Amino acid sequence: MSAVSKSLRGATAIVGIGNTRRWNAPGRTPFDQLQEASVLALEDCGLGMKDVDGLFCAMSTSGLPVLNVAERLGVKPRHADGTMVGGASFLFHMQSAMSALVNGLCDVALICYGSNQLTAGGKLASMPDPQPYENAYKPRYPLSSYALAAARHMHQYGSTREQLADVAVAARDWAKLNPDAFVRDPLTRADVLASRMISDPLTKADCCLVTDGGAAIVMTRADRAVDMPQAAAYVLGTGIAISHRQIMAMPDLTTTCAVESGRRAFAMAGVGVADIDHLMLYDAFTINTLLFLEDLGFCAKGEAGAMVSSGAISPGGRLPVNTNGGGLSCNHPGMYGLFTVIESVEQLRGNAGARQVPGVELSLAHANGGVLSSQATAILGTATTL
Amino acid sequence: MGTDSRFDGPGPDAHYLAALQQGRFVLQHCEDCTATRFPPALVCRVCGSPRLAWRDASGVGSVYSTTTVRDRAGDYNVSLVELEGGARMMSRIDGVPVDDVRIGQQVKARIVPGDDPFVVFTLGAPE
Repeated sequence: MSAVSKSLRGATAIVGIGNTRRWNAPGRTPFDQLQEASVLALEDCGLGMKDVDGLFCAMSTSGLPVLNVAERLGVKPRHADGTMVGGASFLFHMQSAMSALVNGLCDVALICYGSNQLTAGGKLASMPDPQPYENAYKPRYPLSSYALAAARHMHQYGSTREQLADVAVAARDWAKLNPDAFVRDPLTRADVLASRMISDPLTKADCCLVTDGGAAIVMTRADRAVDMPQAAAYVLGTGIAISHRQIMAMPDLTTTCAVESGRRAFAMAGVGVADIDHLMLYDAFTINTLLFLEDLGFCAKGEAGAMVSSGAISPGGRLPVNTNGGGLSCNHPGMYGLFTVIESVEQLRGNAGARQVPGVELSLAHANGGVLSSQATAILGTATTL
Repeated sequence: MGTDSRFDGPGPDAHYLAALQQGRFVLQHCEDCTATRFPPALVCRVCGSPRLAWRDASGVGSVYSTTTVRDRAGDYNVSLVELEGGARMMSRIDGVPVDDVRIGQQVKARIVPGDDPFVVFTLGAPE
């Protein structure tokens, strides 16, 4: 372990979480969702808006989110970071916040997000990021990029549409245990296979939900975390990686740079895959879950499909994955990354109700951005893991 | 201090488009390693060198991955085609039913002319 990693392991903690759980909220702007989540996160840890001196946010609907959010919340940050790498942004922010907290650039870091993607019309809010080398071919964005990755994975490793369908079914089976999940209807493998094909091999049921929503977390240094009302979720390790922007530039469509983000996070945390009790994998599409299980080392390359179909990630399985129902069945407000972290914290606190996994001490949250472009991994633990 | 003459002339995007408008499909080749570069840029993605040279592409490639977009107005193909040197481009395989496009098929480039010309591919081995 490098000296840098050693100084960061467990040095900071998530002490507050806020989740609006408003997946269909007409009349609310993305900033409304973000502000509500921020208030909830600060109340959760007994801090006030005036305590926040580190501000981290990214939005697809604002080119200057840090300015807009600072004004609305009345926050005067000493440190800020508006890194925008898609849905993984908030885990990039966690790494940035960790460094800023440890170095005294801020004392209370607020990482926040809000979206009205559903009530704005259901389309992914278009970002000012033209793709002139794709436009002529009219790929569905971002769906066709993930479909190309899925097709290549099927070609190279023999993964099947049935295995992809089983990812969606596992997510739904978890969602049924979560009263806050947006979709809790029964779902079978046959239902997924019969769902409308959009971009082969991905059907509508292979795609995440389109919802509204707001999320926020508060991070402090570990010494301060012990005095907070909720049990702290210590940040044991983080890792980020970027491999491309457009899918044509992804080096190998069957292997994401979660390999690198995961390796970095595990190295900092000083733990291995066998130590992880609970796992959140950003499932924008069913193929994501397979790729990240493999790339983070929870199975060999090409074997995630069989692992999922064995029931391993479903309720009662040996490796609980996406216990809130995931982006596929709980919520997906444009950029979902922060919700992976919030569910990890809920599980570490033992607050997850019917979906609670017994005895979670180490949870891994992994987020994805763009078209498998950016990857970020965070390993969180209870006080016993320090 | 003046500008650096190594970067004079049209930028990579403009160069690529101008060539297509003249009926030429060109690719950047790194002069410090063997990589080809697509989409166009100022530096080699493999080694970081700014010494990239334009050469006519062979136009020969293979389907690296493929999807069919199911659209109300009609289904259409979107593929990633691997070119010489390992560069890949998003494109479309024309002249064959969408369900017959397969990973690994040999394809040849054709320029669709216009103000914004672009490259599509048809099935077939090099002549």
